[in-house]
Amino acid sequence: MDGFITLDEVEKVFSVRRKTGFLRRERQEVRAVDSLSFTVARGEMVGYIGPNGAGKSTTIKMLTGILTPSGGRLRVAGIDPSRERSRLAHRIGVVFGQRTTLWWDLPLIDSYRLTHRMYRIPNARYRENLDRLVELLELRTLLDTPVRQLSLGQRMRGDIAAALLHDPEVLYLDEPTIGLDVVSKAKVRGFLRELNAAQGTTVLLTTHDLQDIEQLCSRVMVIDHGRLMYDGPLTGLHEAGESERTLVVDLERELPPVEVPSARVVRVEGPRQWLAFPAGQSAAPVVARLAAEYPLVDLSVREPDIEAVIAKMYAERAVS
Amino acid sequence: MGAGRLYATVALGGFRRYATYRAATAAGVFTNTVFGLILVYTYRALWDLKPHLGGYDQAQAITYVWLGQAFLSTLAISGGGVEDELMERIRTGDVAIDLYRPADLQLWWLAADLGRAFFQLLGRGVVPFVFGALVFPAYLPADAGRWAAFLVAVVLAMLVGFGLRYLVALSAFWLLDGTGMTQMTWLLGYFCSGMLLPLNVFPGALGTVVRALPWSSLLQAPADILLGHGDPLRTYLFQGAWAVVLLGAGRLLQSAATRRVVVQGG
Amino acid sequence: MAERGRLAEGVRAYRLIAGMWIRSTMAYRASFAMTTFGSFAATFFDFVAIMLMFSRVDALGGWSLPEVAFLYGLSAVSFGLADLVIGSMDRLGRRLRDGTLDTLLVRPAPVLAQVAADRFALRRLGRVTQGSLVLGWALSRLDVDWTAGKLLLMPLTLLSGCAIFCAVFVAGAAFQFVAQDASEVQNAFTYGGTTLLQYPPTVFGKELVRGVTFVLPLAFVNWLPACYVLGRPYPLELPGWVVGAPPLVAVVCCAPAGLAWRAGLRSYRSTGS
Repeated sequence: MDGFITLDEVEKVFSVRRKTGFLRRERQEVRAVDSLSFTVARGEMVGYIGPNGAGKSTTIKMLTGILTPSGGRLRVAGIDPSRERSRLAHRIGVVFGQRTTLWWDLPLIDSYRLTHRMYRIPNARYRENLDRLVELLELRTLLDTPVRQLSLGQRMRGDIAAALLHDPEVLYLDEPTIGLDVVSKAKVRGFLRELNAAQGTTVLLTTHDLQDIEQLCSRVMVIDHGRLMYDGPLTGLHEAGESERTLVVDLERELPPVEVPSARVVRVEGPRQWLAFPAGQSAAPVVARLAAEYPLVDLSVREPDIEAVIAKMYAERAVS
Repeated sequence: MGAGRLYATVALGGFRRYATYRAATAAGVFTNTVFGLILVYTYRALWDLKPHLGGYDQAQAITYVWLGQAFLSTLAISGGGVEDELMERIRTGDVAIDLYRPADLQLWWLAADLGRAFFQLLGRGVVPFVFGALVFPAYLPADAGRWAAFLVAVVLAMLVGFGLRYLVALSAFWLLDGTGMTQMTWLLGYFCSGMLLPLNVFPGALGTVVRALPWSSLLQAPADILLGHGDPLRTYLFQGAWAVVLLGAGRLLQSAATRRVVVQGG
Repeated sequence: MAERGRLAEGVRAYRLIAGMWIRSTMAYRASFAMTTFGSFAATFFDFVAIMLMFSRVDALGGWSLPEVAFLYGLSAVSFGLADLVIGSMDRLGRRLRDGTLDTLLVRPAPVLAQVAADRFALRRLGRVTQGSLVLGWALSRLDVDWTAGKLLLMPLTLLSGCAIFCAVFVAGAAFQFVAQDASEVQNAFTYGGTTLLQYPPTVFGKELVRGVTFVLPLAFVNWLPACYVLGRPYPLELPGWVVGAPPLVAVVCCAPAGLAWRAGLRSYRSTGS
């Protein structure tokens, strides 16, 4: 085990008080992370996925030194995160997708100046890094704009730059593309690929967007109920649970489930029906058939998301 | 009838929502009790020297202190009612959604605030008051009719309190950052409602002025009825007049604001 | 040595973050001016209430208006300084609820310093200014028999009072780790404390004075020093040396508050809530 990030039988047990009746509460132990072991080598780019409440963010919080593990051994760059939180902070970068760490009312550049001083980044290196990040993330024209006026995508890029000014060896990203439009997503992904290739930065990212993983990560870890369910390439995960896309169909009126070859109705709600069909297959023939035989009002295609892939994986495991 | 039921539901929702913050309620009760304690001692020192200051005897002054603590959050005298949320909705533009609801904006928020006020009265007001009445020699009328008359004045005070805060909240349509404005209003309300000192202790012209202002409807008016100092009907008339004026002004401001939202497209 | 290094780190981080907040506030200058004036007026109304009382009586608890103003000034300046320095710590509960405390924990700076500097608000100088004016007025009206000791005691008292209130703020924040929604409890000790100290100790019941002297030693913020300076008896029997005790009391208050903070943060990091 000589990985850059190593977890050895790491556990996190929360004791929660639950209401069991009027004024009655009971203590209950919740195992958020259950003897979790894995290693990540320097320069790897890993997707860390799982349903909500699976233990993803608890793991990230232990890796960044926010939470203290209840058991096991955990090292990042040779540092025990919970014991040496401040020392570790100089070597890691963290981006919380939905919580900006930028200063809301101040021009973007001010947030970077604060990071410069707080992390004691040598002047020459700060200028060099800022130049590079601003160039790659297309922030040049935004530096003097107050953060509150930035779009979600611009802000995310701004946050990523802020997390990288001090040359961290590892970058944790929590839902880096959540809520972004297609163009912004592409920019963020392109940048992360470039960062990993050129700087050799280790990247660990959690996401609900399957495309993030497809386009960025050679390795995926799936966690559920605090345990590692899968660790390997994304293709393996696809095989483990062949994914499906969903066609949401709005009909003129309520009808019995439609019948179309190679797609099946998974849900009906009034005049709206959900059809599942294999992800690898084009939607065109299904749509053509539907339009020809049924009174269509509207339809949309939904890409498979992580949750669906994982759910499918479980379902098939249960069968086999 | 249907509309009545709608607003009753909104009010009940307001009541329930505040009822879920138990720790906050307990914390508030504790803080109100501590402030009541401090004030009681200072008032006693004052009434020891002037036994009939402002027409109250010492027991009545003690009752006044604990009424103040009971009303501070009930009537949201220095803020803390539903207006915080309304202002937030105005700033974020979510208020546009409210305007398309098949309900009147002012009545909707009034109902929510009344629900909140009744919860605060029961959850936060009663305990400090009972504590004060048990620990200190407070004046409590034995006449049930007096208590009933007092409760009517409390409800009117809730209307006036909302009327004031609704105006403050609507100012958010025009002021980008109204923190300063609202802070000033709360201070004025705190002072002019008699939270620091009963208004009938205020000297001369200052006393006459503060007693004529709407804030005197909040604490002073119900307190005077309970302490047997005011004629209920005249007090109701005073409170009612201010309620009509303030709520009416709220309606005018509301329609001006609505036009603004519609013109700007939300 | 390590502790000293941490302290220096903390002060440095505090200054950096406070500086950012000052710049942020300046983005809304009009609002800043209004709120500063508001902070000034809030405390002014406090004092108006006292003046109104004195419009009806000549003394309260045996203390004259300038004497009460002296108490008021000492209390308001001490509390105002503490409020200016770390008054925003009562927002910790909100950070705990929305999870933004985590963003502070991944920075290379002491968390206490970061939380203390959070939302640093220069407008709170309004309270300090108002307190200073009242204190100045009181001193001009009082006929104090100044000695070197009394003169030295004044700045010491203000600084110690500020430290005592800071300890209360820190302890209050630590309590929020336990009860996130109960941030209002600390108002009873901070705002309640400063209100209590604006009135002479003779006004209050013996038990309350004992509690404020021995349990939560707010009496050292102004009551005891003021009694000494004005040559008035303190309602409790105390040895003479306590007059010089405020700095000592301040240290004694800060230690448990610091420990409580550490315990609170440790519990947060082990429970995540």
